[in-house]
Amino acid sequence: MAYSEKVLDHYENPRNVGIIDDDLSVGTGMVGAPACGDVMKLQIKVGDDGIIQDAKFKTYGCGSAIASSSLVTEWVKGKSLDEAGEIKNTHIAEELSLPPVKIHCSVLAEDAIAAAIEDYRQKHQ
Amino acid sequence: MEDLSIVHTWPPELETKVSNLKLPIYLDYSATTPMDERVAAKMAQYLTIDGAFGNPASRSHEFGWEAEKAVDLARQQVADLINADPRDIVWTSGATESDNLAIKGAAHFYRKKGNHIITVKTEHKAVLDTCRQLEREGYEVTYLDPEDNGLIVLDKLKAAVTSETILISVMHVNNEIGVIQDIRSIGEFARENKIIFHVDAAQSAGKVDIDMETMKVDLMSFSAHKIYGPKGIGALYVRRKPRVRLEAQMHGGGHERGLRSGTLATHQIVGMGEAFRIAKEEMASDTDRIRMLRDRLYNGLKDVEEVYLNGDYDHRIAGSLNISFNYVEGESLIMALRDLAVSSGSACTSASLEPSYVLRALGRNDELAHSSIRFTIGRFTTVEEVDYTIDLVAKAVDKLRDLSPLWDMYKDGIDLSSVEWVAH
Repeated sequence: MAYSEKVLDHYENPRNVGIIDDDLSVGTGMVGAPACGDVMKLQIKVGDDGIIQDAKFKTYGCGSAIASSSLVTEWVKGKSLDEAGEIKNTHIAEELSLPPVKIHCSVLAEDAIAAAIEDYRQKHQ
Repeated sequence: MEDLSIVHTWPPELETKVSNLKLPIYLDYSATTPMDERVAAKMAQYLTIDGAFGNPASRSHEFGWEAEKAVDLARQQVADLINADPRDIVWTSGATESDNLAIKGAAHFYRKKGNHIITVKTEHKAVLDTCRQLEREGYEVTYLDPEDNGLIVLDKLKAAVTSETILISVMHVNNEIGVIQDIRSIGEFARENKIIFHVDAAQSAGKVDIDMETMKVDLMSFSAHKIYGPKGIGALYVRRKPRVRLEAQMHGGGHERGLRSGTLATHQIVGMGEAFRIAKEEMASDTDRIRMLRDRLYNGLKDVEEVYLNGDYDHRIAGSLNISFNYVEGESLIMALRDLAVSSGSACTSASLEPSYVLRALGRNDELAHSSIRFTIGRFTTVEEVDYTIDLVAKAVDKLRDLSPLWDMYKDGIDLSSVEWVAH
């Protein structure tokens, strides 16, 4: 299986791997299932101004899944929650040149952001 | 092919010392093997105008006789490996065709005696898909479950037999986990009950002793390319005493006693014969060496936390090791192990999202089935390659566990089976 250079790059040098300690400023989204071979955990730290200051991820999944979630943590930093919610899986798939059989990895990454944003919003209702 | 001067952005201790290691390292001998040079040299003599290129079925001239002689010798060489008579050997295009010929051939021929077939869930697709086809034709098939160690229990097989059972098919050695079935006992049972017994020996010939004089097997499939021979050639052993009849699947000229028509590919056959000859001579020494390497690899890896061996350790061929690395996904592991040629039980490496059916049949849960790697060692594997592999795998697993939320949860003592996942 040939991996795109971008996927390999994110895999070899993943951005923002880690955990943010949970508190009111943090939104955590966990999506996927071990049975499918894909689990993504995405965390965002949101400032008082509603801008995402930091993002971290952990992923159990193939190279494309790792790359998709790594890329997403890069993209959400500096964005507002609304802007982050606009990231679509198609953008991710295009950026990483994902083949058709790996598109679901980008869909999961989009779901992960949505889950993290939703979690943050729930805390601030 | 990379050479070692290419630097990964991996921990510096992994940038290896200068050696003559050729990367990637081939550890997928169960998938196929490189031809032994002796085999290739032999085959080359049967190709061009200076060689023995004739059609073995040409009865009227020297070209045909020469080719026929080579085929006869190869037939003897294959028979010798399994202590059979050369007249029991039918040439095919490979073990897949042999499986088709054996199962469809016997099922069709004996349809008046019954329509029930027994096989095992962990068989190769060549057997399973052929059985599915027969089900579409109205046959009934029972797919037995193996135990957790991959072995089937004779009593369970016996319990599945009905008055309609005409055929049992059980592979000798499993391609994914390497376990060796007790075909001797199954053969005794089948013969007592006059049920035809087929064995797919693609992964066992040349690795495990096979003695057709004492093993009561009626049909046995062989492949050349699993044992340092060429791809595209195989054989089916068809017992003559007591006689087994088959309906031919390939018609057109009546070659191979009417069982398999088609001009014999002399060069391929000669290659298979030579590969089997070498296997007979070198099986014992090869096996000792390969087992030593495999044990070295296993010992190097088993101390990594949360590592599971798939399939029985003792009843397994010397070169095979199938291991699940928990909390790490198989395809990402394969990507991390780009310097190794191995195969994975992960769904990601096939088109569907289903993990290995063989591992599932062993009772492995989805995560463990997804995170398995099959290492198979062969004639040309070296100690250096094994040591490099141990190092590489341990570091790759570490890195991927650092990335894995499931590993975090395990470390935190969370029971993953109790989690409600938001699947998509």
